[in-house]
Amino acid sequence: MNLDSKIPEGPIAEKWSSHKFNMKLVNPSNRRKYNVIVVGSGLAGGAAAASLAEQGYNVSCFCYQDSPRRAHSIAAQGGINAAKNYQNDGDSVHRLFYDTVKGGDYRAREANVYRLAEVSSDIIDQCVANGVPFAREYGGLLDNRSFGGAQVSRTFYARGQTGQQLLLGAYSALSKQIGLGKVKMYNRHEMLDVVKVDGHAKGIIVRNMATGEVSRHAGDAVVLATGGYGNVFFLSTNAQGCNVTAAYRAHKRGAGMANPCYTQIHPTCIPVHGDKQSKLTLMSESLRNDGRIWAPKDPAVAAKIRKGEINGNDVAEDDRDYYLERKYPSFGNLAPRDISSRAAKEACDEGRGIATTGLGVFLDFRDAIKRDGQKTIEERYGNLFEMYKCITGDNPYETPMMIFPAVHYTMGGLWVDYNLESTIPGMFVGGEANFSDHGANRLGASALMQGLSDGYFVLPYTVGNYLGEQGVAAAGKVTTDHPAFAEVEADVKARIDKFLSINGTESPRSFHKRLGHIVWENCGMARSKEGLEGAIKELQALRKEFWTNLRVVGDADGINPELERAGRVADFIEFGELMCRDALMREESCGGHFRIEHQTDEGEALRDDKNFTFAGVWEYKGDDIDPQLHKEQLVYENVKLATRSYK
Amino acid sequence: MNLTLKVWRQKNADSQGAFETYQIKDVSEDSSFLEMLDILSEDLVEVGKEPVAFDHDCREGICGMCSMTINGIPHGPERATTACQLHMRHFHDGQTITIEPWRAKPFPVMKDLVVDRTPLDKIIQAGGFITARAGSAVDANAMPISKAIADYAMDAAACIGCGACVAACPNASAMLFTGAKVAHLNSLPQGKAEKDRRTLAMVTTMDGEGFGGCTNIGECEAACPKSISLDMIAHLNRDYAAAQVKNFFKPVA
Repeated sequence: MNLDSKIPEGPIAEKWSSHKFNMKLVNPSNRRKYNVIVVGSGLAGGAAAASLAEQGYNVSCFCYQDSPRRAHSIAAQGGINAAKNYQNDGDSVHRLFYDTVKGGDYRAREANVYRLAEVSSDIIDQCVANGVPFAREYGGLLDNRSFGGAQVSRTFYARGQTGQQLLLGAYSALSKQIGLGKVKMYNRHEMLDVVKVDGHAKGIIVRNMATGEVSRHAGDAVVLATGGYGNVFFLSTNAQGCNVTAAYRAHKRGAGMANPCYTQIHPTCIPVHGDKQSKLTLMSESLRNDGRIWAPKDPAVAAKIRKGEINGNDVAEDDRDYYLERKYPSFGNLAPRDISSRAAKEACDEGRGIATTGLGVFLDFRDAIKRDGQKTIEERYGNLFEMYKCITGDNPYETPMMIFPAVHYTMGGLWVDYNLESTIPGMFVGGEANFSDHGANRLGASALMQGLSDGYFVLPYTVGNYLGEQGVAAAGKVTTDHPAFAEVEADVKARIDKFLSINGTESPRSFHKRLGHIVWENCGMARSKEGLEGAIKELQALRKEFWTNLRVVGDADGINPELERAGRVADFIEFGELMCRDALMREESCGGHFRIEHQTDEGEALRDDKNFTFAGVWEYKGDDIDPQLHKEQLVYENVKLATRSYK
Repeated sequence: MNLTLKVWRQKNADSQGAFETYQIKDVSEDSSFLEMLDILSEDLVEVGKEPVAFDHDCREGICGMCSMTINGIPHGPERATTACQLHMRHFHDGQTITIEPWRAKPFPVMKDLVVDRTPLDKIIQAGGFITARAGSAVDANAMPISKAIADYAMDAAACIGCGACVAACPNASAMLFTGAKVAHLNSLPQGKAEKDRRTLAMVTTMDGEGFGGCTNIGECEAACPKSISLDMIAHLNRDYAAAQVKNFFKPVA
């Protein structure tokens, strides 16, 4: 597997400009001869599809939802970072770059991160031009707020719905191109495999989820913008449909999968209420500005709370353990996400968890209300308190909120070079689906930035460069009549038939839950050699059981949610194993990846820069053959490696 | 709690649908409405029956995918709440709940509770955008926009495109949906250049897709999970009238 990152020569601040100049161009009148396939219609996919069509390429765009406006980018709340320095508080491209590399615990590729910071300003300009109603000051200028991991105010936002507004901006640009006929939109279509011709990605096989029809689509390049794999855990803050299938199918066809063990677990989510739950809901991190996090000191007290005999208010001050304030006095309740999440887990593991399941800690506003008055707290967090009340039925003004960490974002993904091209030539990967910019931990408000950077400002150049290199004579030459399409289509159909013919006793959802349990316990907030080795065995057994005892009711001829889930769970099970292997290989702790064997005496993450300053890239070798590890060494020329400390 | 569910079952667009009745037991009051349907699905799969098909995705009230009429009200009885954010504590033990798809001619039923809402996308494709090619934008602060206007645009832009307004309206009108997008884009200075063209194109497409007209009933606003105001329809009417007049004297597109 060739892991040439293709980082351009020259000083970091000039790499992207000089690279753009050196790229092959495609004459505007030739662009209409090319077809580009874009899978996914979120920030990365929607923006890429719209921008490529604006340039003149013919684009086919696919999404599994009933409309491209529903991709899960829509659920992002907080905001989007940009190095505008509108606040005159010392921000710069270099600072955003530095914060992002540091926030990622020094496991991201410098050149990509720098480019991200560099185009961040253009993103805000573009979004405003598209009509995104960002929050404004009375003077009419754009407003900013602060976010974790930064000491400057650089986050742009649209109430608590920034992701929605940015996505609707990209969707409107995409819609225009659909209306003009430059983009052919395929709603309710799920990509089930990628087709390679002479080693290059030349098309995909999709299933129309409304009719069941399996069809072939050829293109001169393929862009995957299919999101993250958080749903491997079954419970996450992701949408129900989010899945790894497109990325994993590409992996099986030769695309390297990088750092799958890097997952972000967000500390402030509403706890699980029972085994019938389908999803977890995030509560904004901003609550930790005023809320105090605690668990009872005594497990016996926690047990009483779990049984409902007493509630949080009944616990005396001396019996409370404000563990973040105790362990991290200088950051207190605002300790970073990975650290806060692990501390909550520790308390629960010690039997001090609350909520009926024992998987929860308190986020208490009692002192803040006493200090500032309920009105002030209401002004700051009113909508969040309402949301909490709507979901749990509890009034957080009266009893403390209960929270627990939940899977939220995945930093790992398909390996890409500087051009966002995977190890399959002609297959590009954007947004959360690739691994490139966040290292081992993502900072708040950076996911939206990366999605739009890839979609509006990177892929439109690099895809064009690839097409230019292939030459206009190659445009549209590969059609769906090529035997490679028939072959892959037959594989896809055989797989669907297999799902329907196992006729076992267990539903896809049940397998998904069991999978989630295994990876959450062993590859969640704290990982160990023993646990991971056990998990790999368990997952292999689960895979075997899945393929012999699965039950999919209904048929393949129309809408069949069971069949859809079966396909996704099948890939998640294999992917889960890869994740555990990656976590087992990485004998260090960094960002979201915490190996209990590698911690300081005080229980903090211990990186091993000497041996692990690389991206771990896995090559698929066969169903029952161990995947092969390749390494892309990460070179830090502009940022000095240092230890993160929050004491 | 134990519940009786009357659920619309329909094999596909061409077949005749009918209500079927199911009993469901031990539903936690902390479950969301869709989680309750998940339990029903698992119960049905258990006995080899096809689960109820319904659209859903984010389950946090923002993607707009979930779409069902619960006891006669799109998204159910709670105000400003999508079906996915509706929790079972708002129902009581022993209750009978009727669940049906959006009922509107432009939204044909595809299966069970799943309807085809692509006509809403077509309205956006006709004009629900501001033309600004990637790379062509000026600095974001070059054009100050007063907070009042930005807030108003945001109120309108909060629409999640679920189509509850259409399902709630006796005329199956999409005026609230269209009005919200028109008000969002037309009120912003960067949207002014295409204002008249946009308004005419979107209304023409809306009518062409078979949506009815507005007769000021207000069911749309009551059903809207994002509390989009009827003012948006007034805004649409105003801009439409102005565009018509201008277009009469000199074609705007």
